[in-house]
Amino acid sequence: MAYESLQEIITVCKEQDKPFWEVILEEDISERDVTRQDSLDKMRSTWDAMLLAAATYESNLKSKSGLVGGDGAKMEQYQHSAREQSLCGEYVDGCIAGALQMGESNACMKRIVAAPTAGACGVLPAVLVPYFQKRERNTQKMLEAMYVAAGIGQVIAARASISGAAGGCQAEIGSASAMAAGALVHLQGGDCEQIAHAAAMALKNLLGLVCDPVAGLVEVPCVKRNVIGTVNALSCADMVMAGITSRIPPDQVIDAMKEVGDKMDVSFRETALGGLAVTPAGMDAARRVLG
Amino acid sequence: MIMNLFDILGPVMVGPSSSHTAGAVRIGYVASRLLEDEPVKVDIVLHGSFATTGVGHGTDKALIAGLLGMAPDDIRIPQSFELAKKNGLAFSFTNKTLKDAHPNTAVLKLTGKHGKQLEIQAASIGGGRIMIHKLDGVAVVFSAEKPTLIVYNQDQPGYVAQVTTSLSKRNVNIATMNLYRDKRGGFAVMVLETDQQIPLEAIHMLEQLEGIMKVSYIDTEE
Repeated sequence: MAYESLQEIITVCKEQDKPFWEVILEEDISERDVTRQDSLDKMRSTWDAMLLAAATYESNLKSKSGLVGGDGAKMEQYQHSAREQSLCGEYVDGCIAGALQMGESNACMKRIVAAPTAGACGVLPAVLVPYFQKRERNTQKMLEAMYVAAGIGQVIAARASISGAAGGCQAEIGSASAMAAGALVHLQGGDCEQIAHAAAMALKNLLGLVCDPVAGLVEVPCVKRNVIGTVNALSCADMVMAGITSRIPPDQVIDAMKEVGDKMDVSFRETALGGLAVTPAGMDAARRVLG
Repeated sequence: MIMNLFDILGPVMVGPSSSHTAGAVRIGYVASRLLEDEPVKVDIVLHGSFATTGVGHGTDKALIAGLLGMAPDDIRIPQSFELAKKNGLAFSFTNKTLKDAHPNTAVLKLTGKHGKQLEIQAASIGGGRIMIHKLDGVAVVFSAEKPTLIVYNQDQPGYVAQVTTSLSKRNVNIATMNLYRDKRGGFAVMVLETDQQIPLEAIHMLEQLEGIMKVSYIDTEE
């Protein structure tokens, strides 16, 4: 049975003296009735699909509506040429570019890995791929980080939701950001409690984020929201490694996200009836797209 | 909702939407498998959000891609219309509001190369998962995630026993089983999900039985 609380995972980690990722791997083995090798192989192919998706971005593609495409290339160009000028610095700029590119690839009907959803597919690769390419080229550690991310996502899905239609964007980008923050903390050598606290902080920071897609499409503002999920994950991971903790326990943060989602007006839950979708510019775009 | 690890990290899919794109590919795929014939003509009705935002999400291309046998991660999905033309699959789309249907619903009326016909209503329920709600006018509920046997028979005593006996003889465990019919004594549909794959000879044997009109089998893991 999948874990329904981060505290449960932490307890198992401590009792059995195992890292977070190992506990999630073992849960997958029993849940899906597969061997350890089966599970690791499937995670490897998921990671490979993510790497391939990141490597095959096409800057000349435009989405169906014409609203999305090419920004990831602009950001990559800036990353390489604006080293002195950039506020975030080259490494973070690379993560931002990765988030934009994956979001655009998704909008342009390219192959991606939903993590946890297609609309939020840019966050996790945006933190993992640059880490792998520039900091530590260690596939085993990346797979471990993927298990950490998936375990966090499972708990959020069980306690709250990972669907924009159910809980707004906080459930999609918020969840993706929590998963990415936890994964980063594992890569940086944090323990199970630090992983949970990074996830909690990342989710807290995006609490209340509405799902208000222009013309109902996974384009505006979804692509750029992947960037806030990414940068938020990076900063929460760094805060945790600096010794900062979440004042609200991780499971309680997830429960708060559910409460906020439940109370969120339906116009802010993927219906394109509120927020950016009903701005004059959003409505214009919708008329152009839908005819 | 409890989800397995690879529902969270995954599916690997062609964008932009797990419900509007990946799920739509699966609907097309399952429909063509259930037709058990190469589809040459399909008339598709889109309902709800499939009708309003479907084109922007590539739902139309995704459905056709699935009918051509593609999986949700097939990079040829955006070119499915051209491929359909090449493969001799004629298609049409209509938007229509259906009564009491899930917001992401499609109805596909299929004709196969050898004259087989099928009408199927299915919904994309999120995360790329689907639910089949109607088969040839009979209300059903199944997801096609496990090996699934569908038996069409006259609504008379004895068919359930024959089918279950035949499966137990071959050590196939039934996970779920549901019976549907249009009216008492009329046309009935039996839907069984199994833990193991069903041997072809068992399916052929069932097809021979009097009163059984059609047997379909689908294992989407293949």
